[in-house]
Amino acid sequence: MDHPILGEDSRRKTVTIMVDGKPYPAYEGSTIAASLLDNGIRINRYTVHRHEPRGIFCGIGQCTDCVMVVDGMPNVRTCITRVRDGMDIRTQNKEER
Amino acid sequence: MDRDVVIVGGGPAGLAAAVECSRQGADVLVIDQNDLPGGQLFKQLHKFFGSKAHSAGIRGMDIGRTLLRECEENGVEVWLSSTVIGIYDSNLIAIVRETAAGKDFIRIRARKILLASGGTEKAISFPGWTLPGVMGAGCAQTMINVNRVLPGKRVLMVGSGNVGLIVGYQLMQAGADLAGIVEIAPKIGGYGVHAAKIRRAGVPFYLCHTVIAAGERDGEVCSALIGEVDAVTRKIIPGSEKLLDVDTICIAAGLRPLSKLARLMGLKHVFVPALGGWMPEHDGNMQSSNEDVFVAGDIAGVEEANTAMDEGRLAGIAMAHALGYMDDASFRKAGDEIRKRLESLRLGPFGKARFDAKSQFMGRC
Repeated sequence: MDHPILGEDSRRKTVTIMVDGKPYPAYEGSTIAASLLDNGIRINRYTVHRHEPRGIFCGIGQCTDCVMVVDGMPNVRTCITRVRDGMDIRTQNKEER
Repeated sequence: MDRDVVIVGGGPAGLAAAVECSRQGADVLVIDQNDLPGGQLFKQLHKFFGSKAHSAGIRGMDIGRTLLRECEENGVEVWLSSTVIGIYDSNLIAIVRETAAGKDFIRIRARKILLASGGTEKAISFPGWTLPGVMGAGCAQTMINVNRVLPGKRVLMVGSGNVGLIVGYQLMQAGADLAGIVEIAPKIGGYGVHAAKIRRAGVPFYLCHTVIAAGERDGEVCSALIGEVDAVTRKIIPGSEKLLDVDTICIAAGLRPLSKLARLMGLKHVFVPALGGWMPEHDGNMQSSNEDVFVAGDIAGVEEANTAMDEGRLAGIAMAHALGYMDDASFRKAGDEIRKRLESLRLGPFGKARFDAKSQFMGRC
């Protein structure tokens, strides 16, 4: 987004990420969590026992609320992990146990 | 591998310490778990307050750039994407370092260690507080100012301290609609100059109010129920409830020191409400209960970036002095100068509580 202090946003969405099997465009170098927000996705995972939705909370890698399954690896902190073209991102614990 | 000094955390405190310490001749390594240095400085787009000596009028992000340049000029080594997972007897530091080639497990012995791991946002709980769309104000600030994406379209800010006010305003700058600022106290907590900018934009301040619950639709926040509290009992006054149409609730309820490593090392802790809660005890040279371990910045009591940098500088020269890179007289002189500057940062209605809380430590050096 353009910004009165940061200036014009000249980034281009050159990366495609797969989120739960669907392709979404993303800015190269941006974090997974930010790319999801940018595509209107705010639920990153569900809790194990009560299956409650969770999204970003601290945004700086401390709280682990935003973890997802990334390229098969669970518990990846998406707010501090950057996207890569073709990255496979899945909502963690999406299916109720 | 041995080092004179290892600094955990490359934010304002850690970087300022690294610059001062390496200037005296010490071999300094900074370790940070993020892939970019600067801590939270790069999301602080606002101009800092204070005197000229304290970068008044300069934006946080520009202060960050200056610190990074000074680190480079002084030969400070910075390891990014590197996480300290433990610090053991005889100052053995365990690090997981991530590079393009993969993850390495590295052990380093340091003669002196500075913990500058910062702080973390406090939460307040209410029904719905765990829903996606409820987040720390700092989180929203990271999204808009670093990632350049809006966390939501219409935001309620909870808390009117400087973080709540500044982030509220920055959300508006970024194009979000600020639905209001809720404050449980009868008056605004932060600086009038920040509050005025928001008020002029027509955003309501709900004083003596709190969040009762977040409403949910499809697993996300769709509203906020707020209500007025009785000034004495702090209970909701029946009939005062209002339902606000928001998709995001930001919590600006203060921060607490992030002292996990300090705890793990068994450093003596003290509980200081004015500085955010439990923190490692330290003296006027930022030395902890372990003579080889120093603390600076929010881990040593939550304040702001200017105090963090000066505490870092103090720790930096104290470590250099302890290692024999600085003589007693010049150490004393430089330390007194920094302590005097720190005192000047802890003035006024906002600084006094912090000054009083810090005074119990700063006199001891």
